Amino acid sequence: MITLKGYRRENGSWGIRNHLLVIPTSVCASETASRIAALVPGAVAIPHQHGCCQVGADYRQTVRTLVGFGRNPNVGAVLVVGLGCEGIQPAVVAGQIRESGKRVETVIIQECGGTLKAIAKGAELCAELAREIGAQQREDFDVSELVLGLECGGSDPTSGIAANPSVGKASNLLIDAGGTSILSETTELIGAEHLVAARCVTKELADRLVFMVKRIEDKSISYGVDLRGTQPTPGNIEGGLTTIEEKSLGCVYKAGDKPVVGVLEYAESVDPANKGLYFMDTPGEDIDSITGMVAGGAQIVVFTTGRGTPTGCPIAPVVKVTGNPDTYAKMTDNIDINAGKVITGEANLDQLGREIFDCLLKVANGDLTKAESLGHKEFGIYRIGDTF
Amino acid sequence: MNGYVHASERDNLVTCVKAMRAGERVLVDGREIEVKDDIPKFHKLAIAEIPKGGAVYKYGEVMGVASRDIHVGEWAHIHNIDSTRGRGDKAGKEQGT
Repeated sequence: MITLKGYRRENGSWGIRNHLLVIPTSVCASETASRIAALVPGAVAIPHQHGCCQVGADYRQTVRTLVGFGRNPNVGAVLVVGLGCEGIQPAVVAGQIRESGKRVETVIIQECGGTLKAIAKGAELCAELAREIGAQQREDFDVSELVLGLECGGSDPTSGIAANPSVGKASNLLIDAGGTSILSETTELIGAEHLVAARCVTKELADRLVFMVKRIEDKSISYGVDLRGTQPTPGNIEGGLTTIEEKSLGCVYKAGDKPVVGVLEYAESVDPANKGLYFMDTPGEDIDSITGMVAGGAQIVVFTTGRGTPTGCPIAPVVKVTGNPDTYAKMTDNIDINAGKVITGEANLDQLGREIFDCLLKVANGDLTKAESLGHKEFGIYRIGDTF
Repeated sequence: MNGYVHASERDNLVTCVKAMRAGERVLVDGREIEVKDDIPKFHKLAIAEIPKGGAVYKYGEVMGVASRDIHVGEWAHIHNIDSTRGRGDKAGKEQGT
């Protein structure tokens, strides 16, 4: 049994951070939301380009993402900022977050009478929320409450040889301790989907996973171009990855060798009563993918890279691992762990898996990742439809 | 590691963990191979004859097909391996403006 220290939430979940989140429900409210957050130390906004003139599944997915961020256990309290007339209504987002039991306040720019009055009201509410959540102390909780997002980006051939298999070992350790991991990036299952489908605990889950991969492959084919050049990216190719199949086959090592107990749509919540390895339908683009997993409940993310990347997240620590010893030496600002030791023969995969797992535990207890220490808070919503 | 990673016995190429020079001789699984091209670090070296259209294996799985005959010792990358997936270019005309 591994005990961590975190923030108890009203619905029984546990946060490893205690953020005050300012959520704009649309692009029209994003600048105002950012200015409100800038006035209150510790508040963080998630400006975005969406929230209006969206329909159907695309609309629902954006709502699910904003609500999921608000409900994430790393968030102690929420201010929802809306313009007032947008498609994603502030009351809808605030209401669904409030169901989790945490305090949610709302500011509507059109009701306040403009930008300045909305900022004044929002900052006043935020300052009050900051004082309220600032009084909360960390308490003991079990590691089994942890949900880990698995991400890779800027991959090169060392990702599949060193970084991803090491992370797979760490994911196995977390699941053995009763916790949950989420494999993501549907595009990066193309060519490796049969390996993951074979690990699904039911045929229904396996069929759903294969359907999701076919759905994104068919969509890419509908554009009438070779996916290569986009997936793998120019940087992947320069690094030595030749096809999407090769990239995918290396990518899935992140998921270790545990059975898949759930298959989620983008930003859909993991089931706290069904712990283990999940797959979530996200794009290969890192920011949107991480955003989806965090909206689904991940409190922490481990991100493998070959080329190096600065990506963080507004509400969850992102632990950066490279399998490329040259990148580790070059990108010291950004990389937390050197899995390139597997390539240079200084460590084996089991040792690296343990090192990554131990690092995740320290970060869960409050150690800052390099991305956090640099203030990285990239946020991106995966759109599946048009804007009308 | 020995300068290369042969992830699975089935694989007809290996990943070089150091740059290789044309003319260099390397021992792969006890067999001497003459390197035919300069190969950048972490790129792939063919260790078997792969005829055009033949499957290219890595991690014991199909990672693409040879777009031309690939000979032992050659650099194996986008110039001689095609993907079989996400090939909208083969499906029809490019959409949009």
